[in-house]
Amino acid sequence: MTRPRLPAWFVLLLPAFIVLAAVVLIPLLLSLYSSFTSYRLTRPETLYNWIGTFNYEKAVQSAHFWSAFGRTVLLLTIALNLEMLLGLGLALLVNQVTYGQRLLRTIMMFPMMFSPLLVGFQFKFIFNDNVGLVNNALQSLGLTNVAIPWLVDGQLAFISILVAEMWSSTSVFAILILAGLFAVPRDPIEAAKVDGCTPWQSFRHITLPYIMPFIYIALAIRSLDVARAYDIVQIMTNGGPARRTELIWTLIGRTGYVDAKMGYANAMGYISIFLAIAFTIYFFRKLNAARAELGMGG
Amino acid sequence: MAQVTLRTVVKKYGALQVVHGIDLDIDDSEFVVLVGPSGCGKSTTLRMIAGLEPISGGEIVIGDRVVNDLPPRHRNISMVFQNYALYPHMTVRENLGFSLKIAKRAQGEIDRAVDEAAEILSLTEYLDRKPGALSGGQRQRVAMGRAIVRHPDVFLFDEPLSNLDAKLRTQMRTEIKKLHQKVKSTIVYVTHDQVEAMTLADRIVIMRDGHIEQIGTPLEVFEAPTNTFVATFIGSPPMNLLEGRVAQDAVALANGITVPVPEAFRAHVTDGQEVILGVRADNLMPVGHAMPMEGAHAAFDMTVNLSEPLGTETLLFATLAGEEVQAKMLNPRPVASGEQLRFQLDLTRCHLFDAQSRQSLR
Ligand SMILES: Nc1ncnc2c1ncn2[C@@H]1O[C@H](COP(=O)(O)OP(=O)(O)OP(=O)(O)O)[C@@H](O)[C@H]1O
Ligand SMILES: [Mg+2]
Repeated sequence: MTRPRLPAWFVLLLPAFIVLAAVVLIPLLLSLYSSFTSYRLTRPETLYNWIGTFNYEKAVQSAHFWSAFGRTVLLLTIALNLEMLLGLGLALLVNQVTYGQRLLRTIMMFPMMFSPLLVGFQFKFIFNDNVGLVNNALQSLGLTNVAIPWLVDGQLAFISILVAEMWSSTSVFAILILAGLFAVPRDPIEAAKVDGCTPWQSFRHITLPYIMPFIYIALAIRSLDVARAYDIVQIMTNGGPARRTELIWTLIGRTGYVDAKMGYANAMGYISIFLAIAFTIYFFRKLNAARAELGMGG
Repeated sequence: MAQVTLRTVVKKYGALQVVHGIDLDIDDSEFVVLVGPSGCGKSTTLRMIAGLEPISGGEIVIGDRVVNDLPPRHRNISMVFQNYALYPHMTVRENLGFSLKIAKRAQGEIDRAVDEAAEILSLTEYLDRKPGALSGGQRQRVAMGRAIVRHPDVFLFDEPLSNLDAKLRTQMRTEIKKLHQKVKSTIVYVTHDQVEAMTLADRIVIMRDGHIEQIGTPLEVFEAPTNTFVATFIGSPPMNLLEGRVAQDAVALANGITVPVPEAFRAHVTDGQEVILGVRADNLMPVGHAMPMEGAHAAFDMTVNLSEPLGTETLLFATLAGEEVQAKMLNPRPVASGEQLRFQLDLTRCHLFDAQSRQSLR
């Protein structure tokens, strides 16, 4: 008696498929499904209450959602640009150092080793209006005698969060760009010198095109990070005061767990995932273009 | 258009000295070739002239300026690198025009210069490709083109042909020679290929271990090498060297063979002096298969160990005075190993070197 046999590759891959499905696909589908229901954590039976696209319509019409969305895009744009410039500067400096470079590189990676929670607490202390380092320093220097409300005023809080983000992640750029600088061949740089380039022109015309792919990789990685920005903000301001520093993910977190409106939270989550996907696609396009420029295949 | 002068130029990497105070005067529009074995400091010397390597001592003058502390961009030089060093993200056109663009020349002028260079080097149809899509020979020509668009005072070439196949190398050698006749710039050219050196150079500079061993025209260094190193480095096959002792106007070699001291060296040797006799294969030929030798010559029998037919001539490996020597046979006929032949030695073209200093005795 012969049974139809499954192909070997299929049998071999099956466990991996099953595990992947269980870990990734099922929660994903479940959350997608729940975004079409009025699911509330406190009332499990609402999971079966299909309400169509109501949650999506509600999110799209919500001013809170759009202001959090806009603030996230703003944070993303400012943070990525500043981190890129700072990281580039840092990488160029470290690249110049010949003695003790190894040590510098290690030190540079320190912030990456910190948990974002820790970074949040650290900067919450630094920017505290009464006992914080910044205000103490400013007051000791006699620059001001008022307690600046760093984490209370909307704009100042945004800046504080930005600083914390940058402190913890500029090194991602610095490390990746440094790796790029190490990979720049010496010959074209020397050719450029002979061709009459000043150091700035060599950098602009030769080095920069070489490290552009590395910059885009860093941007793609970081855009995902910042679009998910939650922990630092959660700790430092909890999106407050009065939603002044609300980002998408703090809004979603509060809606889902504090207000227990899981279905609505998931709907907002899916909308904002498009934000992340859009940024990532954009940077990967740029990355491929930059690589094609260098003849590395597109 | 410029002279280049090196005065006791020294290069050290930390405690390691790689160029030991070399002096060199290069005339305006002269074609000078630096040759020497690998690691002798040719590239280092070239890079010091270019300003890519700071010098540790001495003085470099280009035109009428001491350029010791000038960066490359102020020296008005072009350099062709051994491995092309093209800009991979620019098209051939942009590669060629880059230096002019940096110099902020008008676009029309850049286009004209690029088209002209592309014409000379047959690159016109590749102008819009990137270097990655070119063959080695084409990249080589782009590197050359990038150097010539600028009309620099001095061209510096670092083994520009070493990556090409034999045919392309010969072809490019001719192109370079033509280029020099056309643009009349000063050229410093590095190679370790002595055929390239002989065919291209107005003057050859032979280097070893960071020292200059001899400077001279191709004929001078071939016909009057100042020491055994130059004698064996220039010319192919290398000059045969035989140890001996001077006795009554003759050089006594091993195994009782004696050769009269060549006329030109008579006044410079003393009886009992230890010497080295230098003989090129071109001047050691079997009787009946030799060039006519009008001046003084000697003759002796040798046993042929091996023959290498080259077509118009055959290279013979034979034993003379206990040493293996190479000889040439014109109008060749097949020669069997172990065959004994009578050889003629052209004394007017022999060399004598002191056995201790290994310097020429002339
Ligand atoms: N950066 C460096 N640090 C230490 N030593 C170096 C350095 N660059 C070159 N050298 C040494 O200097 C010597 C001369 O090198 P150079 O490159 O000038 O040789 P070359 O004559 O061009 O040889 P080749 O024909 O192989 O190119 C070599 O012994 C090399 O090891
Ligand atoms: Mg070299």
